[in-house]
Amino acid sequence: MNPKRINNIATAVIYGLVGIVVLILLFLIGYILFNGVPDISWKFLTTPAQAFSAGGGIRDQLFNSLYLLVLTLLISFPIALGSGIYLAEYAPDNWFTNLIRTTIEVLSSLPSVVVGLFGYLFLVIQLHLSFSILSGAIALTFFNLPLLTRSIEESLNSVSDLQKQAGMSLGLSDWRTITRIILPVGLPGILTGVILSAGRVFGEAAALIYTAGQSAPIVNYANWNIFDPSSFLNPMRPAETLAVHIWKVNTESVTPDAHLISSASSAVLIIVILIFNLSARFIGNWLYKKMTATR
Amino acid sequence: MKEYNLEEHSIVKITDEVEISSTDLQVYYGNDHAIFDASLEFPKNQITSLIGASGSGKSTYLRCLNRMNEKIARVDGKIMYQGTDINASGVNVYEVRKQIGMVFQRPNPFAKSIRENIQFALKSNGIHDKHVLEERLESSLKEAALWDEVKDELDKSALELSGGQQQRLCIARSVAMRPQILLLDEPASALDPISTSKIEDTLDELKSHYTIIIVTHNMSQATRISNYTAFFHLGHIVEYDKTKNIFMNPSMPATSDYISGAFG
Ligand SMILES: Nc1ncnc2c1ncn2[C@@H]1O[C@H](COP(=O)(O)OP(=O)(O)OP(=O)(O)O)[C@@H](O)[C@H]1O
Ligand SMILES: [Mg+2]
Repeated sequence: MNPKRINNIATAVIYGLVGIVVLILLFLIGYILFNGVPDISWKFLTTPAQAFSAGGGIRDQLFNSLYLLVLTLLISFPIALGSGIYLAEYAPDNWFTNLIRTTIEVLSSLPSVVVGLFGYLFLVIQLHLSFSILSGAIALTFFNLPLLTRSIEESLNSVSDLQKQAGMSLGLSDWRTITRIILPVGLPGILTGVILSAGRVFGEAAALIYTAGQSAPIVNYANWNIFDPSSFLNPMRPAETLAVHIWKVNTESVTPDAHLISSASSAVLIIVILIFNLSARFIGNWLYKKMTATR
Repeated sequence: MKEYNLEEHSIVKITDEVEISSTDLQVYYGNDHAIFDASLEFPKNQITSLIGASGSGKSTYLRCLNRMNEKIARVDGKIMYQGTDINASGVNVYEVRKQIGMVFQRPNPFAKSIRENIQFALKSNGIHDKHVLEERLESSLKEAALWDEVKDELDKSALELSGGQQQRLCIARSVAMRPQILLLDEPASALDPISTSKIEDTLDELKSHYTIIIVTHNMSQATRISNYTAFFHLGHIVEYDKTKNIFMNPSMPATSDYISGAFG
């Protein structure tokens, strides 16, 4: 066979495989959206769930998901940023650094159920944090940290060494070079990593069932005192998220419209995650232009 | 490759005022001995070229002079500048680098605007007076012969400049720090002939205020711009003399083979 023919065959095979992946994805997303979107309404998004009767919404679950996401990022981002900077810029090339990298890799391949059970035993039982948003956020931090650290490290590593040398040669300190020259260039990549991980966190259920809990108590959205148990901001209250809600409605719900609720909720979940993904690209590009003053 | 006796060398003592000098400098990358007994004196406000084959240690040596080998290589020996040994361990390397600037082979402007490229390091050093910052911006861009090309778009990203403009911006960025010495590592090797000649003109202008040490592979460039030339071979400085002596009348066989292209 001549090279040209081999090339053509290889190209065809690759296109075929890509086509299969795209088709599966389109089918999945299309199916979920097709089944769910017609049932999404403003009322559905803004009324609380019903345990026994039809017509319940997902107001609290949606809010819980978002709040949990914010808390998780609040905890995990600073840690991941620090570790990412350390690994990319300071870590010497020795066994200790390799150990850290291996640990991160192991942590990132941990099944989320395991993270959830660990969270249950350690946070909920041992530390008496009970089923709460805080327990959930810490469990999700374990889940989120490895990938976030990785993506930050990679974003920083992708910034050319020449930039660092430029900073050094002007007598700037390492810290200033890293924070003011390297970090801004890596920022769009970091932001993309954060938003993509936000999508993963938003859709996570297994790690939350035994940490953030499966109940969504009625909370008062006008109460801004985070220490008040009825406040919507209280991190110590249990909080069923959207993903957990879908799982629960499908497995043990007795509401007559369970099917409708789970389809519509899944569609909402997918739409939010799609928004995250699209905005990751958008904001990343925008930020890059802003940071580098390119047009 | 032809064998030369590396123990033999011919290094002149300069008669002009010395700005910076190295004495018995040794550089090790791990166990690899990369620079052997390098002793050179560089004349103030003149241009010195470092020439030699690839891998002969020119960059390694140059980087010692402003402590850029820190954490990469071990550097033993003395580097005397303004009466102090700047290779000593207690020396403030950031201060050294402010006084001894460096421009690299590949242009490496910051991913910031042209203005920020010049002013960022100044601000980092506590200069916040608007007038001073703007004055430095203009004067250093003029010194690097870039002002006329960019004066109307100072807030444009430096990444949108051509390679030659970027390199002159990097020179301007170093010059803006008001250093005493400029180290340049093949600053024109990635550029076209027109940009190259602009850079050469720039350096010629700059030498009235700065001591310039430049690594180059381009022999005619060395002849055109430099007053002194050092020839490196396998980590040894084989010959150092006035540029015209090196090229017209070299005293070491390795040097004459290298400049006549009969090397290796
Ligand atoms: N970071 C490094 N780690 C280990 N060895 C190095 C490093 N940098 C340079 N060397 C070695 O030191 C020697 C001198 O290299 P150097 O880069 O100084 O040569 P050069 O004369 O600048 O070459 P060129 O003209 O190609 O730039 C070479 O043998 C090179 O392999
Ligand atoms: Mg070199």
